[in-house]
Amino acid sequence: MATNEGQKIPEEEQTAAKLGEGTIPAPLKEWKIQYTKIFINNEWHNSLSGKKFPVFNPANEEKICEVEEGDKEDVDKAVKAARSAFQIGSPWRTMDASERGRLLNRLADLIERDRLLLATLESVNGGKVFSNAYLMDLGGCVKILRYFASWADKNQGRTIPIDGKYFSYTRHEPVGVCGQIIPWNFPLLMLAWKLGPALCCGNTVVVKPAEQTPLTALHVASLVKEAGFPPGVVNIVPGYGPTAGEAISSHMNIDKVAFTGSTEVGLRIKEAAGKSNLKRVSLELGGKSPCIVFADSDMDTAVEFAHQGLFIHQGQTCTAASRLFVEESIYNEFVRRSVERAKKYVLGNPLNQEVQQGPQIDKEQYTKILDLIESGKKEGAKLECGGGPSGNKGYFIQPTVFSNVTDEMRIAKEEIFGPVQQIMKFKTIDEVIKRANNTHYGLAAGIFTKDLDKALTISSALQAGTVWVNCYGSFSPQTPFGGFKMSGNGREMGEYGLHEYLEVKTVTVKISEKNS
Amino acid sequence: MLSRETSWISSPNHISKCIKYIFIDNEWHDAVSKKTFATINPSTGEEICQVAEGDKADVDKAVKAAKNAFRLGSPWRKMDASYRGALLNRLADLIERDRAYLATLETLDNGKPYAISYLVDLDMVLKCLRYYAGWADKYHGKTIPIDGDFFSYTRHEPIGVCAQIIPWNFPLLMQAWKLGPALATGNVVVMKVAEQTPLTALYVANLIKEAGFPPGVVNIVPGFGPTAGAALASHMEVDKVAFTGSTEVGHLIQVAAGKSNLKRVTLELGGKSPNIIMSDADLDWAVEQAHFALFFNQGQCCCAGSRTFVQEDIYPEFVERSVARAKARVVGNPFDSRTEQGPQVDEEQFKKILGYINLGKKEGAKLLCGGGPAADRGFFVQPTIFGDVKDNMTIASEEIFGPVMQIMKFKTIEEVVERANDSKYGLAAAVFTRDLDKANYLSQALQAGTVWINCYDVFGAQSPFGGYKMSGNGRELGEYGLQAYTEVKTVSIRNYPQQNICVFFPISPSRFVIFFMS
Repeated sequence: MATNEGQKIPEEEQTAAKLGEGTIPAPLKEWKIQYTKIFINNEWHNSLSGKKFPVFNPANEEKICEVEEGDKEDVDKAVKAARSAFQIGSPWRTMDASERGRLLNRLADLIERDRLLLATLESVNGGKVFSNAYLMDLGGCVKILRYFASWADKNQGRTIPIDGKYFSYTRHEPVGVCGQIIPWNFPLLMLAWKLGPALCCGNTVVVKPAEQTPLTALHVASLVKEAGFPPGVVNIVPGYGPTAGEAISSHMNIDKVAFTGSTEVGLRIKEAAGKSNLKRVSLELGGKSPCIVFADSDMDTAVEFAHQGLFIHQGQTCTAASRLFVEESIYNEFVRRSVERAKKYVLGNPLNQEVQQGPQIDKEQYTKILDLIESGKKEGAKLECGGGPSGNKGYFIQPTVFSNVTDEMRIAKEEIFGPVQQIMKFKTIDEVIKRANNTHYGLAAGIFTKDLDKALTISSALQAGTVWVNCYGSFSPQTPFGGFKMSGNGREMGEYGLHEYLEVKTVTVKISEKNS
Repeated sequence: MLSRETSWISSPNHISKCIKYIFIDNEWHDAVSKKTFATINPSTGEEICQVAEGDKADVDKAVKAAKNAFRLGSPWRKMDASYRGALLNRLADLIERDRAYLATLETLDNGKPYAISYLVDLDMVLKCLRYYAGWADKYHGKTIPIDGDFFSYTRHEPIGVCAQIIPWNFPLLMQAWKLGPALATGNVVVMKVAEQTPLTALYVANLIKEAGFPPGVVNIVPGFGPTAGAALASHMEVDKVAFTGSTEVGHLIQVAAGKSNLKRVTLELGGKSPNIIMSDADLDWAVEQAHFALFFNQGQCCCAGSRTFVQEDIYPEFVERSVARAKARVVGNPFDSRTEQGPQVDEEQFKKILGYINLGKKEGAKLLCGGGPAADRGFFVQPTIFGDVKDNMTIASEEIFGPVMQIMKFKTIEEVVERANDSKYGLAAAVFTRDLDKANYLSQALQAGTVWINCYDVFGAQSPFGGYKMSGNGRELGEYGLQAYTEVKTVSIRNYPQQNICVFFPISPSRFVIFFMS
């Protein structure tokens, strides 16, 4: 929960904290952007080109500040620093694994100290509803870092009973310099997902935050230094994908690239890795995740989860439940309740306590979503509510629900990444499995049923890296997350997430005699 | 490593007829184009037979069969994991039954000494298949103590249609390395065998059918890289590609995966592996092992110890003994039981190796023995040693893949670490020393997927193998090798009974925040 960092909070207080409104403080009224430069070697740098780019508040379209624009030369500089920090004999390489864990815990402490400021910035820059930013993003961020902190000295190699007179063991070594390219929908959380496993395994990183939302990552950079990470271990280069991002994915001196973002860009990153130095690639990409609701489910729960599964953070989540399959016999009632739920929304300034939905991140996304809504109308889906912009300033879109959606419509196939819910009808289990799997994506899926057999059959049959049963969007640092098919390569979080940041080295030693 | 006792090796079988067709759906097919290609006996340069040449159309056919065998509800998908293991064990039994025949065919098509085919290749094939047979019902998912009122577990699911492109240097063994983990975890396979050595893999196809694998689970398409190989790497219906071969082709495969459907890629590529001899090593043993490290399999090993770094004070002695050892190496008819070294696999390799030897001479390395062809027919190359090799010479930086040994001198341990790591490759490395500290320091500092200490080329089905840097992505063998053939699926289930712990909680009466991570 939001307040469980103290480990020993009495249960009554915990419950109070969960339910009480007072546990979420008001956002900061006054704040100042302190960090707008490129972070290399624990120091702040101007971009080598002298260029800067503007960062906006999507709620009012006003410029917040300008940030140094990193490009290839800045990436080169950062990689050099990261490479040097990774040298054999360097402070980082000779550091005890337990100490790496301690540094990560200290970073989590500092993020917690600055939680209010970070949540405010996340809300202002990312258009994120403040209470979500405070509870979900910051809470998740701190948890992730602590979870991986304690893996640092527990990621054990193995000794192996090899045939013959040999002794064989594995060492789990860091891969080296890791490029990490993160998206704008969860700027801090994605930073934590990337830093946690990379640093606990002993890698060094060059992070490119999204050009829309670089501010919180840069604040965290200052905390990385304060926590005591040696220079060069974490480097953060704000900039654009086609310049700084491209420089990372095709860099000959980067050993691994991790990317979260669109499938379109994921393809380019994998190709760049193949063309350059065969760097390891992990990708967490788009989705068009099915959420399947059976007639025997608890309908209130299903409506609420399906609603949150799509509308949370303005629909800007890669796991968005954007294909909602509802069994025929409850279809009409389900649609009615979903529309009723969607209509309850209050849109507005995400810092405002009453507001439940903020703006989309930028004009490009806003235009794309409106275009997809238009296509839904044209292709014959039934618009139940919403369907257009909201307000005349900021990138707000009305919560939109389409019913009578059929599988071949664009809104049923393409990732919308906005507050647009598609509700489809199905009759049989076999049919819905086939339809749910008929996509090149495979990130997540949800099932609502009270029937054990249905739950197990469908969770096995769905091609998705995560299947939620009677829930949706429940993430946790302990459970791996990632995509089947074109939703990605590899897994993040959990013990599985460590694999992406390791090289396994087998050491085999000749011995004079072997005994069991 | 190798026993010189060969008395218990079965005699080579006479080869009367070879299987020379494409294997799809447990049936034999001609190429759609009707084209065939010749496979050559490298000892003589003569054609053994013509084999059906698979191309895109045949790959499409094979992928369709594989995909069908992988559909939900198919016999393969519904099969108990333990039974998949039983089938793999049965396949191993059948290979063992036909061991002498397969060893003969391997030697005929590849040129490796029959004793090696029989004792090393076939033995490791059997061990690998049996090792993975046992994993089939033991690769457990986990139940996970997720926060909140949820129950979470993982399933380790097969990825789907796996393309496997294997090389010619260990045709049967590489087939086993690929089939073992793929089938143990329940995948279906379309395998492209090397055009130089398709015969043994096709014979094994027959045994796969005999063992009782359902149609479409394993499909084998002989053919060429730029046609059949490229069709697999860029196929939209192939979920994963595993490739063993050159770094150059590894790039093409990763690019093709990025251009098509983001299929998962594992690569086991080239190397220029350092073998470091410290002056305190057992010299006799080190000389013999360094010789073996390079010359084994005619030098055609991705992990060949092709940069032998010898500490200064023992350098002259080491070189002298190495040359004596190389000169004693018996090159000749691979079916002769005294033969240690057969021919290179084909004319292209033969010429490439001779080209490297000429470059070595030109760039100023000292040719100590060998240096030319070893017979007037067939692709035989003399065991060759270069001394006084410098790091910037072509023979010290590029993969030669032939019986050509480079010996370099070094002074300090720090120096040798830097030089050993100064390579785009990172497949294997070895250290010879009696000193525990040196062994530990070097095994940690070397950028290589495998480090051998006081030994070389020790492979076990239990120990993972794969490359750092541009020697590859991922690991084969061991439990680690299973990761490359599974998708991890997280299933999280909401617990209903304890309604007192909320999953989403109110912030104000009309508002709920879903309980994501906080």
